[in-house]
Amino acid sequence: MTEHPPEPFVPSTRFAVPGRIVASNRAAATWQPARLVEVRRETARASTFRFAVPGWTGHLPGQHLMVRLTAADGYVAQRHYSIASPPADSGHVELTLDHVEGGEVSGWFHRVARPGDTVEVRGPLSGFFAWPGDRPALLLGAGSGVVPLMSMVRDRRLRGTDVPLRLLVSARTPEELIYADEYRDETTPVFTRVAPPGARPGRLSAAHLEPYLARPPAEGWEAYVCGSNGFAEHASRLLVALGQPVDRIRVERFG
Amino acid sequence: MTVTRGFAGRSPAGERDPRLPPGQYDAGDSWPVLSAEVTPDLTAAEWTFRVDGLVAEARTWSWEEAHTLPRSGYEGDIHCVTSWSKFGVRFGGVSLDTFLDLARPHASATHAVAYAHTGYTTNLPLSDLTGGRAWIAWEFGDGPLDPAHGGPARLVVPHLYFWKSVKWIAGLRVLDHDEPGFWERNGYHARGNPWDEERYAGD
Ligand SMILES: Cc1cc2nc3c(=O)[nH]c(=O)nc-3n(C[C@H](O)[C@H](O)[C@H](O)COP(=O)(O)OP(=O)(O)OC[C@H]3O[C@@H](n4cnc5c(N)ncnc54)[C@H](O)[C@@H]3O)c2cc1C
Repeated sequence: MTEHPPEPFVPSTRFAVPGRIVASNRAAATWQPARLVEVRRETARASTFRFAVPGWTGHLPGQHLMVRLTAADGYVAQRHYSIASPPADSGHVELTLDHVEGGEVSGWFHRVARPGDTVEVRGPLSGFFAWPGDRPALLLGAGSGVVPLMSMVRDRRLRGTDVPLRLLVSARTPEELIYADEYRDETTPVFTRVAPPGARPGRLSAAHLEPYLARPPAEGWEAYVCGSNGFAEHASRLLVALGQPVDRIRVERFG
Repeated sequence: MTVTRGFAGRSPAGERDPRLPPGQYDAGDSWPVLSAEVTPDLTAAEWTFRVDGLVAEARTWSWEEAHTLPRSGYEGDIHCVTSWSKFGVRFGGVSLDTFLDLARPHASATHAVAYAHTGYTTNLPLSDLTGGRAWIAWEFGDGPLDPAHGGPARLVVPHLYFWKSVKWIAGLRVLDHDEPGFWERNGYHARGNPWDEERYAGD
C-alpha cells in the first residue's frame, strides 16, 4: 500500500485552470422564488428582467444561476442564465435574455412574463468564471455573451477600483449591441455586419487584441471569453496566438 | 410546486419523451459545446492515455497502441447538466474495461480521477467505469470525434451527466477514496446521475 497519492491529485498536464472561488453548495441546492419587478428592453431581440430574490446570498460578477419554470401539469423547464447585475444590488438579480426563435424558456420570458410573475432560481453557480476583482481583466464577449462581463464592468465602477479592465464586445449591428448606452472608455465595440458611419464591419481580430496583449499589466491579464461556441473558439484561439497563457483564459459557452 | 403563470412547456402533457430524465429537454440535431477551457491543439500522434495509481501495472497507451485493442462502442442517449439531452448518438473506441483489465486495479481501489490533457479533472466510482458502462471514444457517428467535442479522444460515461465524460482524456488515476474534480469542487454533485437529477452538491 505504498502507492497512495499523498496529495490531492494534480494532473501533470499543461493547463489546469484553477477555480477562483468555491461556489456555496447550499445556495446552489435551494430553489428560491424570484419575483419579476421590471422588464427593460435592450435591443429588438434582448430584454433585461429584474427580479426581487429576498433569499439571495450574493454572487460574484461572472457567475450564473439556473431558472426553473413549472407548468400546471408539473412539467418543468430549466436553463442557465448569467447574472447581469453587480453583487451590490442586494436582494435583486438582473438577467438579460435573447429571444431565441422557438425557445421554450426565453420565449416565455419575452412573450408572457410581466412584473408580478414569479419563477424559481437556484444559485449562484460556478465560481470558475467569477471575477473577484483582484486581477486585471480582459473581457471578450459576443451577443448575449456580454451579460456576465457587464456584471464585472458594473461591479468595478461601483467599487471605484482602478484594477485594469478592458471589454471587447462583438455585435452584428449597432442596433443589436446590448447595454449600448452604458459603455465608457473601457469598452471597444466590434460590429460584424453593419458598422457605424466611418467604421468598417468585421470580426474580432488580432488587431483588436494586440494593443492589450503587447503591453499587458505587470501581473498579466486574466481573460474571460463568453458567447456562442463559435465565438468562444475564435476568441480563445486569438488570445492563445497572441501569447495569452491558456491557464489564464476562462471560457463560458452558452452552448 | 410553484406553477409559473402562462407556462405550458413545449409539448402538451402526456407527450413527454420517456427517454428524458427529469428537467432535461431534447436538443434534437444540435450538439451544444460546453467546456470552460480553450480547446487544445492536440493531435492524435500527441495523444496518450495512462492508467496508474492503485493498479498492478501502470500503463500508457499511444494512439496506435490503443487502436490495436478490441473495438467497442456506445449507441444511445447522453445528458448534459445544462439541461439538454441528445438521443441515439454513436461513439466508437475501446471499452474502459479493456484498459482496466490490463492495468489490474488493486482490491482496495474504489474510485478514480479521470483527467484531460488540459488538466481538467473529474471523479468517478470504479463501479461507474466498469461493467461495459464507460469507453475511450475517438469516433462519433461515422467520423472522427471533433476537437470541440473532445477529439482526438474522450471518456464516455453515458449513464452520468456528461461533465463526467472527460474531453481530451489523458488518464485515470485509480484511488481508494473519492477525490472531487474540477466541477465537483465548484459546487457540482459528486456522482451526477441524471435520473436522480444529481446536478449540484446537496441534490
Ligand atoms: C452558463 C450559461 C449561461 C447562459 N447565459 C445566458 C444569458 O445570459 N442570456 C441568454 O440569453 N442566454 C444564456 N444562456 C443560454 C440559455 O441557457 C438558453 O440556452 C437559451 O435561453 C435558449 O433556451 P430556450 O428555452 O429559450 O430555447 P430552447 O427551447 O432550449 O431551444 C433552443 C433552440 O432549439 C430549438 N428547439 C429545441 N428543441 C426543440 C423542439 N423539440 N422542437 C423544436 N425546436 C426545438 C428552438 O427552436 C431554439 O431555436 C446561457 C447558457 C449557459 C450554459
